[in-house]
Amino acid sequence: MSWLFEPGWWANGTVRTALLVGFVVAVVSAIVGVFTVLRGQSFAGHALTDVATAGGAGAFLVGLAPLAGFIGGGVAGAGAMDAIGVQRVKGRDIATGVVLGAAMGLAALFLFLAARDSSATGTTQLILFGSIFTVGPSTLAQVSWLSAGVLVALAAIARPLLLSSLSVELAVARGVRVRWVGLVFMILLAVAVGMSAIVIGAILSTALLIGPPASALRVARRFAVGVVLAVVLGVVATWLGVLFAYDSYYWFPSHRGLPVSFFVVAVVLVEYVIASVVHRAAPSPSVAAGWS
Amino acid sequence: MFASFMTNAWLSGTVVALLAGAVGFFVVVRGASFAAHAIPNGAFAGAAGAYLVGMNPLVGLVSFALLSALGIGVTSRRVRNDVATALSLVAMLALGAAFLSASLIYEPTINALLFGEILGVSSAQLWPVLVLGALSVLALGWLYRPLVYTSVAPELARARGVNATLVDVLFLAVVALATALTVPVVGALLTFSLMIGPPAAARVLVARPGLAIALSVALSVLTVWVSIAASYTFNLPIGFFVGVLGASLYLAARVFARRRVSDSVTYRA
Repeated sequence: MSWLFEPGWWANGTVRTALLVGFVVAVVSAIVGVFTVLRGQSFAGHALTDVATAGGAGAFLVGLAPLAGFIGGGVAGAGAMDAIGVQRVKGRDIATGVVLGAAMGLAALFLFLAARDSSATGTTQLILFGSIFTVGPSTLAQVSWLSAGVLVALAAIARPLLLSSLSVELAVARGVRVRWVGLVFMILLAVAVGMSAIVIGAILSTALLIGPPASALRVARRFAVGVVLAVVLGVVATWLGVLFAYDSYYWFPSHRGLPVSFFVVAVVLVEYVIASVVHRAAPSPSVAAGWS
Repeated sequence: MFASFMTNAWLSGTVVALLAGAVGFFVVVRGASFAAHAIPNGAFAGAAGAYLVGMNPLVGLVSFALLSALGIGVTSRRVRNDVATALSLVAMLALGAAFLSASLIYEPTINALLFGEILGVSSAQLWPVLVLGALSVLALGWLYRPLVYTSVAPELARARGVNATLVDVLFLAVVALATALTVPVVGALLTFSLMIGPPAAARVLVARPGLAIALSVALSVLTVWVSIAASYTFNLPIGFFVGVLGASLYLAARVFARRRVSDSVTYRA
């Protein structure tokens, strides 16, 4: 197996932490992502990574814990999107866009000030692109607790959320308070995305939130199967990505490895292509019917 | 701030604002904000790739922006639009990250691409901005009727036999072209802010398309002028002012429009 696992893979503490953190984040992203894709909120899901990044940069500037900044920024952004009107499908695009535009302006300011006031280089890339290989064990514990919280809260609203995601009219008729359920979901999305953005970077955050669930929903015939499949696809993509990134160090004579995000996204896209082919070979009704 | 070394900043900023105001109107009306966000990020990846192989960054910007536009336009026929855009976006960003790590780009260069460096626009950069800007405006004028048609009354357009997918792909190509030349001036991240804030504000205030476009362009130019002046005065990145001003304009327009509606309701009562 040495052709697949380059030397030191099994004994490397950084790799082990990366795999564990990747696992936790991939699971949460996949489960939250299934609802995000079903509800057509991919743009919000991605925008929140950038909003969270602005929060993280701000926290870095004033010396607060970055994780608090990422999550605080994300939740504030989710609140602002909700206030402007992310609930109505028609205004959703604009609400998300306006909040995203403002957040990017703030990020530009914070990163500029951080770069001007500190001698540390590479802050911009670290904050924007993140790296799974820089995660410490203490972050792993915090991320695990937060993830558990998000999943418990999501489980509590899962039924009304699913109902209102598939048919707002039906949900209202059944007495679901659609607006509140939507707001709670936005906040959970913000926490999940803020957390994954700081641990694995904004690119991977969106890739794992949208890619595996979109693939799973193309082939799954039942919702529960879709959720499980999304989790499996997400974890596989993350682990393969970490493995390839580790191996890529040995691929080039220069010993300059390629980033994890590149490989994870590549696997996610391959999974999506396969799911599309399967979907075309055997078009599946039910979940996908309301979706594609 | 009107010294000779600022001439290029004012000129390129104005061209970019005119373009973003016009293109942005259709972005807002068509609900294409996510695409308008994804395409500049794709362009950023292209610039990083061009640095890697030692090409002119503008070539990378234009080709990757067009590639993203094509990817979004073509895949969104099959799956839902937002998923297609998200997947194209992460694909481009991941490529960009790979290019960045493979080449040794100086950090300020990356920051300039992301957040813009309007004060650093050289005369050599000015010409492509002007030519591409004129091209985009021409393309937009040529697409104007089908664009308004498919944006405002999609069913009617389909009944009349307008090819909506083709219009969509062509429109995204215009967004890509506009993006490619805006990125070096205000940066990948703020190109987006300029395409959303002022046009969304104009759309809240005015219903007629022609008038709304004019207002959108005016607001966009105003945003850029104020931002250049503020950026020069306070020595802070221009992107900050563009982003915050754009969002503020939209919020102000919303407040104004609501007050106007409630006034007219009172009159009627």
